[in-house]
Amino acid sequence: MNPLQAEFARRRDRGERALLPFITAGDPDCDTTIEILTRIPPDSCACVELGIPFSDPIADGPVIQASFARALDSGFRVANLLDALRAAGRSIRVPLVAMVSYSIIHRRGVSPFVEQFAAAGVSGVLAPDLVIEEADDLRTAASNSGLSTIFIAAPTTEPDRLQRIAAASDPFVYLQSVAGITGERTGLPPELPAGVQRLRSAGARAVCIGFGISRPEHVRDVCRMADGAIVGSALIRRLNEAAARGERGPSLALQIEAAVRDLATGLTG
Amino acid sequence: MTQPTTPSATQRGRFGPFGGQYVPEVLMAAVRELERAYDAARADLTFQEELDGLLRDYVGRPSPLYAARRLSEHCGGAQILLKREDLNHTGAHKINNTLGQALLARRMGKRRIIAETGAGQHGVATATACAALGLECVVYMGVEDVRRQALNVYRMRLMGATVIAVESGQRTLKDAINEAMRDWMGSVGRTHYIIGSVMGPHPFPTMVRDFQSVIGRETREQCRERIGRLPEVVTACVGGGSNAAGIFFPFIDDTGVRLIGVEAAGEGLIGVRHAATISRGRPGVLHGMMTIVLQDDDGQTAPVHSVSAGLDYPGVGPEHAWWHTSGRVEYVAATDDEALAAFELLSRMEGIIPALETAHAIAHAVKIAGHLPRSAALVVNLSGRGDKDCVEVARLRGGA
Repeated sequence: MNPLQAEFARRRDRGERALLPFITAGDPDCDTTIEILTRIPPDSCACVELGIPFSDPIADGPVIQASFARALDSGFRVANLLDALRAAGRSIRVPLVAMVSYSIIHRRGVSPFVEQFAAAGVSGVLAPDLVIEEADDLRTAASNSGLSTIFIAAPTTEPDRLQRIAAASDPFVYLQSVAGITGERTGLPPELPAGVQRLRSAGARAVCIGFGISRPEHVRDVCRMADGAIVGSALIRRLNEAAARGERGPSLALQIEAAVRDLATGLTG
Repeated sequence: MTQPTTPSATQRGRFGPFGGQYVPEVLMAAVRELERAYDAARADLTFQEELDGLLRDYVGRPSPLYAARRLSEHCGGAQILLKREDLNHTGAHKINNTLGQALLARRMGKRRIIAETGAGQHGVATATACAALGLECVVYMGVEDVRRQALNVYRMRLMGATVIAVESGQRTLKDAINEAMRDWMGSVGRTHYIIGSVMGPHPFPTMVRDFQSVIGRETREQCRERIGRLPEVVTACVGGGSNAAGIFFPFIDDTGVRLIGVEAAGEGLIGVRHAATISRGRPGVLHGMMTIVLQDDDGQTAPVHSVSAGLDYPGVGPEHAWWHTSGRVEYVAATDDEALAAFELLSRMEGIIPALETAHAIAHAVKIAGHLPRSAALVVNLSGRGDKDCVEVARLRGGA
């Protein structure tokens, strides 16, 4: 069992819901990213979705695009991130899931990619542009390295494919709340509980919901039906604003920590 | 070396190792629906008849095969034959595909169409098909291309399309595709995305190639009538590769016919100011497909450059990647300067102003014609006309 699987097992036993914050790697620099990761509270957060910047993120809205572009403009390289993660070691107390375009995985080679990320302490991988039908290589390599694979289920996913997605996703399935791209939205769609139910019936070990979750009330509502709430753009918007003011390092990390703690109030509210 | 080629897409739209469906989950239902709808349409005689009728009466097909005597004389070698796709309604081959896909969208009950465009030819062809069939049309176009192709932007708007200028990334074709895909992810229930080239996730590369293959079928027929045999060489420019796939595909099994795709060498293949994907790229994943791409060691898409907005793309259709790997098609590149010279040469020699994209194929034809015997026939796919480029060429060369 890797740390991510252990964390989900522990929460399942205790009936604890979780927050899953998304953080862009390398925005504004890798040192700041590590600073943020060490400040993520492990009591409320089951893991961090660590977004690897990509030049053409077709599933992402303008907020995450801007963050990726800034990281790449400032010279982000995967090798630098791996170095920084290895150096940080146990000071990062939450499991990490790499959210990464298959373009990047494929360029490094599927096996080297998972081996290098596992060696850097990453527990899971989610490629938002890799559907289950194309994922055999990644699943085999990840399983050899003890890395979890997580797949996305969407409102448009046909029933015959939900079972395959559920079976291949360990310890959780990422349920996309709405059709569309990442970004903040005002409310949750009324058909969401039915979507969670379909996924549980298809055999999902756990279900975490993302897309459009930006406020503690959203976290609360999502965690009434699912095992965790994934928050991306709402955090990255703060990262964008702070980075635009030229902030980096501990002062920026403190602001993200405060935002995460604020969202986490939805877990107990 | 010529290995056997797979003429049609295999399972999940693979061409050897290339192709596939590398899309966000939210689009899977749509590409599967499209696959089923296209299979049904292809087997439906009334669909084919309606498309053939439009190609004949609306587009003006068949397009002529014109013997370019003065250009052939000038080169002093092979007889150069021009497949006149520039004479199609809207002035390029793009209309063959957009009418096919717009008919398919209507059949699927989708009344809203989105498209990306680089040079604007595909955007114009999509706006045209939508006007003719009464469909809503939204076209994504990079800000840089909106500037370079102002006339086409006006044509699209005149025909009722909404043109959205894309500010992200390099602000060219690649970024317009990103933005169109983002639109599609949120509107997929009522929207069809008319991809303009033989690229993207399966079934697009196969479907677009099929709709464009009318070019190659006519060319075979016309060569038999005109010269009593198949040509020795067929050449076409390659950005995404739809006009090339359309003219090559019906010749793929005729191994005696040399097929040559011409990419954009930009300011030269040494350095990064080019868009010669096959000549300089390597296998990778972009825009829903496994293909040959220009990217850095981290898998980030490389910046590309071409004087022609339609070739300014860091990927290529997966079937071209396969034809290259299997050795069936040769891929070469022509520079910006060579294309500009060919643009002027064809205008002066034949009174035909080619699109800057097409000018790359003309440039290569001029390069090789003199080395071929006079008895040889060299077909160039004249994929589009160059009126749209006159302002930009005048700016680059002076003389406006």
